[in-house]
Amino acid sequence: MKVELREKPFDPLLELGRYQTALDERLPGQYGATAIFIGTMRDYNEGEAVCGMTLEHYPGMTERHLQRIVEIAFQEWPLLDALVLHRIGELQPNDPIVLVAVWSAHRAAAFAACRFIMEELKSKAPFWKREDTAAGSRWVEHNTPG
Amino acid sequence: MVMHIKYFASLRDRLGRAEDRLDAVGELTVAGVWAALWPEMPLPPNTLAAVNMEYAGPEQVVRDGDEVAFFPPVTGG
Repeated sequence: MKVELREKPFDPLLELGRYQTALDERLPGQYGATAIFIGTMRDYNEGEAVCGMTLEHYPGMTERHLQRIVEIAFQEWPLLDALVLHRIGELQPNDPIVLVAVWSAHRAAAFAACRFIMEELKSKAPFWKREDTAAGSRWVEHNTPG
Repeated sequence: MVMHIKYFASLRDRLGRAEDRLDAVGELTVAGVWAALWPEMPLPPNTLAAVNMEYAGPEQVVRDGDEVAFFPPVTGG
């Protein structure tokens, strides 16, 4: 299991490939399902063009809650491994924000756990988005429902 | 009794500072901490609180040395 905050842009597919290659050596032949979610920054929100974004977090609390969310997923489903990467700092449109990847023997657990981790992260992990628009910067007040 | 207070995101911007220190006598709740620091401002609706990095309700008792944080709804992911 790996849970990390990243201050610089990352390539989720490259990260995923590297992690899964290492996983192949650790748990050869065990996983039959990998579920992946990648969240990416859009260039519009609430009807306005967005040209940049800053992701603030609560150092210590954010890491603790992300870790706990993944641990709960491991208690709920028969998972083999999980990888969660989340950006902090300044982002541009098209920058990946979050990667959640889950490995299990069968697809039901992988799909369910990936969704669970993502929804829990969005509602419980202390992150806050501030968007830059032509009119200035504004805090995002709530997440979209899904 | 000393408590360390933190504010994040839009709430920090609105209050104009990121941290406070509160010296208090006697038992205080999370709501009491806010009231002691901002007597003329009710806690803004939807504000969340944490004590020592765990989510806390307004009636949770705060202890000496605790870190109390106030912040708006989270918007990560």
